[in-house]
Amino acid sequence: MTWLAEPITDLLEAALVAELTAIRPGGRPVTYPLIPLWDGARILMTSSILFSRKLEHLKADPRVSLSLSDPVALGGRPARATIQGIAQVIDGDPHTDWERVLPLWEAKEPVIRQFLDSRVAFPLFFERAVIEVTPQRAYLWPDGDTTSAPVVSSAPRTHAAEVA
Amino acid sequence: MDLRAGVARFDASTGLARLSRFPFALLTWVGSDGFPMSAAVTLDSIDPAAGSASFAAPAGLELPTDSEVSLTGSHIRPQPGVGYDERRHVTVWGRATAAGEGRLAFRGDNAWGWDEADIPFPEYLERTVGQSQRYLESVSRETGRSIRPRLSRGWLFLRATRLPFLSATLIPVAIGLAIAAANGFFDPLTAILTVIGAAAVHLGLNVANDIFDTRLGADDTNVNPTKYSGGSRVIQYGLVSLRGMERMSLAFYAVAMVIGLVLLALRPSAALLAIGISGIILSVGYTAPPLKLVYRGLGEITTAIGFGPLMLLGAYVVQSGGSIEPAAVVASLPVAILVALILYVNEVPDRPGDARAGKRTLVVRLPQRTVITIYDAAAAAAFAIIVAGVVLRLLPLPALLALLAIPLALRVHQGLETYYDQPYGLMAVMATNIRLHLVVGAVLLGAYLAVLLVQALAPGRSLFLQ
Repeated sequence: MTWLAEPITDLLEAALVAELTAIRPGGRPVTYPLIPLWDGARILMTSSILFSRKLEHLKADPRVSLSLSDPVALGGRPARATIQGIAQVIDGDPHTDWERVLPLWEAKEPVIRQFLDSRVAFPLFFERAVIEVTPQRAYLWPDGDTTSAPVVSSAPRTHAAEVA
Repeated sequence: MDLRAGVARFDASTGLARLSRFPFALLTWVGSDGFPMSAAVTLDSIDPAAGSASFAAPAGLELPTDSEVSLTGSHIRPQPGVGYDERRHVTVWGRATAAGEGRLAFRGDNAWGWDEADIPFPEYLERTVGQSQRYLESVSRETGRSIRPRLSRGWLFLRATRLPFLSATLIPVAIGLAIAAANGFFDPLTAILTVIGAAAVHLGLNVANDIFDTRLGADDTNVNPTKYSGGSRVIQYGLVSLRGMERMSLAFYAVAMVIGLVLLALRPSAALLAIGISGIILSVGYTAPPLKLVYRGLGEITTAIGFGPLMLLGAYVVQSGGSIEPAAVVASLPVAILVALILYVNEVPDRPGDARAGKRTLVVRLPQRTVITIYDAAAAAAFAIIVAGVVLRLLPLPALLALLAIPLALRVHQGLETYYDQPYGLMAVMATNIRLHLVVGAVLLGAYLAVLLVQALAPGRSLFLQ
């Protein structure tokens, strides 16, 4: 179960790309385009160890925001949303840990199965960490216009306390 | 443009110029609660030269004016049922200040980004290999156990030895055995030993090539390896240690030397001894100091001799007991030329990295026009030798079917003209060039198998020009 409103989970399920913003040492925000996957409770993303700078940032400060803003990447949906949350990096075994999200990934990017079948050609690309984001607060712009105030919702207190 | 870890870092003007090509930007900042926050904005005024932009402020959100914000553009083109392409993103950092009437003025400081039109995805991956190694080292420290990238044993063996290239050995050896059989010499045991020994030399060479190209820096400086060029990369990727590769190479050479000694014991001849010693010297000296033949522009001639006459005549003399048939020499020449052309074309995408590492291959030394002219001349010579061999009654008539492969050579020529400076565009060209060697080799082998068939089914008939 999730407290996120349906228009937001609809965007999460449709999005081919979202922009994950982490915080670099020194406080500067840094943004990375990633494929967001939604398992009904948490937002899952994977990152190759080749692009692991973001993982280092997330380990140092797990506070993140995820923007769903590009109508093209959202299948033409005009709505926009930003979700703030706490990220956990799962990288105990970069060779296999991420494979549990493969069905969700394949649903959005079917070609990934072909790439995985020729894993020998891209060995480091398929050494990956899972980024698991637990949503804390969400901002929704139903018509995509950010010059209007967003609809803001937050995780129920018990859920937030569990995360904290 | 400063290229580090695959992404490009540039000044605010360049970043804003790039950002102006996106339909909207993502304004990002860190809020007073310590969480990053982002909202889409439309940049209705942007002046890259001045490093500034302005836009309507997102409503109902508190933006900082005393800390950095960023503007990010991100683009993909969805490909339904596949995924997406045309990936590019750019981020410009700077500060935002209130400009009145609900607007914000942004002044850029610096920027970074990636556009696959500038840096192809495979090159992007290659440029970040160092970052992946540093990350795995830190994860290993965190967890207290060694975490390294993995491949299954089978795939790792295939990759580390570059096993598919073994066709370069199997073709000349098979032709040598077939010519020997057509001349009445064939012993299955020594034939099998010959194939295994020759394959061991080749695999030992492939692995040694990676070892010395790593030690001499050529593989590390290459950011455009492809399926056919740039080495196996198993050392660079941390899949096999340098020491592991050394052990593997020594094991292959040990197998080759033991088989060579067995063959010398079973079929002693001065010719076989000379071919064996020459083969080992050329194989090791191909990349290893002090010879480093490939670093001196002698890689093609070394490859031609090693994978042409030495392999083919070596297989032949094992069967014949030392005598050498002129037909075997002639048959080895087109094979030699075409295998050398595989290396020659595969070196084209490697040439920037090779040049940086002091690996002065022919294609590093020569301009594009000369490289292509030499390719054309060498490929033509290979076909001319086959025709001459048939006319001189040294090669059987079916060998002329090899001429059907001429269009492959023409496609390689055209590919070199078109993709000379595009490493990934050259991949199909390299594949065609490898197929050229395979097809011509298979035709020559088939021609001698046809000779054997006629000898068995219709004694007295000949497939040679009368």
